[in-house]
Amino acid sequence: MQPLLEVRELRTHFELGDGVVKAVDGVSLSVPRGRTLAVVGESGCGKSVTARSILRLVEKPARIVGGEILLYDDAPDTKPLDLLAAKDKRLRQVRWADIAMVFQEPMASLSLVHTIGDQIIEAVRLHENVGKQEARDRAIEMLDRVGIPDPKRRVDSYPFQLSGGMRQRAMIAMALSCRPRLLIADEPTTALDVTTQAQILDLLQDLQQEFGMAIMLITHDLGVAAQVADEVAVMYLGEVVEQGPASAVLSHPKHPYTQALVRSVPRLGQRGQDRLVAVRGTVPPPYERPTGCRFHPRCDSFMAGKCDVTVPVRVRSDEIDVACLLYGEEADR
Amino acid sequence: MSLLETKGLTMHFPLHGGFLGRNRGFVKAVDGVDLSIKAGRTLGLVGESGCGKTTLGRCIVRAYEPTSGSIMFDGVDLAPLSEKQLKPYRAQVRLIFQDPHSSLDPRKTLRDIIAEPLRVQDAGSRDEIDDKVASLLRRVGLRAEYAHRYPHAFSGGERQRVVIARALATNPRLVVADEAVSALDVSVRAQILNLLRDLQEESGLTYLFVSHDLGIVEHVADDVAVMYVGKLVESASTEELYSKPLHPYTEALLSAVPDPDPASRGQRERIKLLGEIADPSKVPAGCPFHPRCGYAEARCASEVPQLREIGGANGRKVACHFAEQLDLKGVLTATTAP
Repeated sequence: MQPLLEVRELRTHFELGDGVVKAVDGVSLSVPRGRTLAVVGESGCGKSVTARSILRLVEKPARIVGGEILLYDDAPDTKPLDLLAAKDKRLRQVRWADIAMVFQEPMASLSLVHTIGDQIIEAVRLHENVGKQEARDRAIEMLDRVGIPDPKRRVDSYPFQLSGGMRQRAMIAMALSCRPRLLIADEPTTALDVTTQAQILDLLQDLQQEFGMAIMLITHDLGVAAQVADEVAVMYLGEVVEQGPASAVLSHPKHPYTQALVRSVPRLGQRGQDRLVAVRGTVPPPYERPTGCRFHPRCDSFMAGKCDVTVPVRVRSDEIDVACLLYGEEADR
Repeated sequence: MSLLETKGLTMHFPLHGGFLGRNRGFVKAVDGVDLSIKAGRTLGLVGESGCGKTTLGRCIVRAYEPTSGSIMFDGVDLAPLSEKQLKPYRAQVRLIFQDPHSSLDPRKTLRDIIAEPLRVQDAGSRDEIDDKVASLLRRVGLRAEYAHRYPHAFSGGERQRVVIARALATNPRLVVADEAVSALDVSVRAQILNLLRDLQEESGLTYLFVSHDLGIVEHVADDVAVMYVGKLVESASTEELYSKPLHPYTEALLSAVPDPDPASRGQRERIKLLGEIADPSKVPAGCPFHPRCGYAEARCASEVPQLREIGGANGRKVACHFAEQLDLKGVLTATTAP
């Protein structure tokens, strides 16, 4: 089936005084319709920059230097819209109406001097031809839908009057007010406590059922990915190293990085006195990307003369697309 | 034997505001906490943000002067001691901070950072201190040559090793690790957790491991105490607590932890808590958890449950009126894992 969104060879670089940081360097992934894709990776792997690049929300010194971001229409066989080539005006229509975004820290992305109701009303009225009262009713309905108690009163609250979990709910209400086809959620629960996190994740899943939207969930937490994602894409140093169904990628990962990542997380209820298996070494500094496979200096399956020379291309192994020389024709030679 | 034992430890912060900054009440950050840690063991202290776990840790290292209560460390009550009297204990009780980016002075070299507690404690000549710093760096898995570099040259995981080296400089007996791995990425987190475990095995350290992450606490702690709005609601051995919680809050916390195994999806029943964590300046009457508790009855709204011993071999404690009647679910624990 046609995906909803396809990112091809996206490159977003930070042009800094000391050199170029290739934060996103050839990311390819696809978001299936009406389902949840989790993009996982450690800090600095470029997952947030990828998310922001999709809506072209990157600012200097970052610049999108290449790639395609294709948004497919609901009708089959129509030409997809390349968001990177689209005119600003067209892109503004896409934001909110087709693709909306929720950020990690709601306090930093909500306006402090407007009530949450006014912020939702503004978004609705920019995209749909509705009157003030109707937009306000929509805002109240959305706040109610995301579980904010007493929405008729809360619609006139300022963000600082809400708790962290409530603010995130308000953010979600705002993002969904124009019924987008894709919700990009960048670490939506990272700043929250576990019990609140569970509430927000449940809410996102309920809303997905109700509105049939796709979700692209950016997270560093493999637990969150395992509990909500249908598909998982794993990023390392600006690339997607592996993408496939969540059950396959997290239970039987192909890429040595994903394998190491999965092993390094203690699983609840599996208490043993054994040591955790850590990934060797540390993420290399941003200006020095390793040659060949970027993971090779930390990889347990490192093959000298191969991994440090050849850049792996993505191949399909079982249901998983993986970029590693252990798989595919390269491996058999 | 307990190395540390607190009795009725309380830390209230006055709330000022309004005309002339009059006192408008207190934030009861820590409210009558009794806990004990046996020598050479790790006590995990868990709870959500605002529950007072960090304040409790800071009271124990005496970064705060507690409002009331006692902190018995090896038979001496640290709570009423003056700064001068505290000096010998400052070496024995050390704190590891959460954020390795803000807890290291960017203008000092690693040598000066790690040597600082040694200088305060008059631990010898320059050369002796240099040797000590070199051996500490090696102990935490860094190269001794790094001593003359500055923190900015290191990654988060390496910086956290420096923070640990500084904490170990004075050969402490008790280390309070406050969210010591929360700011680290998973791959590096495992390295630091392994390091903490190795150090404990080498030198018999005792840890108070403060964390919001129940997965990690299960992995590192021998015993666990659960805190809610300034009070302990349950304490038990890790196995008992994770396999069979006795307090509804513990049960809810455990059920909320996302399991990294996708096969478990939909298998575990998640308890949906109503509302949000209570405001520690306006603690609900009765059991502080009752407004969110699915098992609450009339008695819970009026009568404060005391933390009381209940069954179990090692003095398991819980603060719930109905602990005996409730049949709460834990997460399965494979105690005999190889």
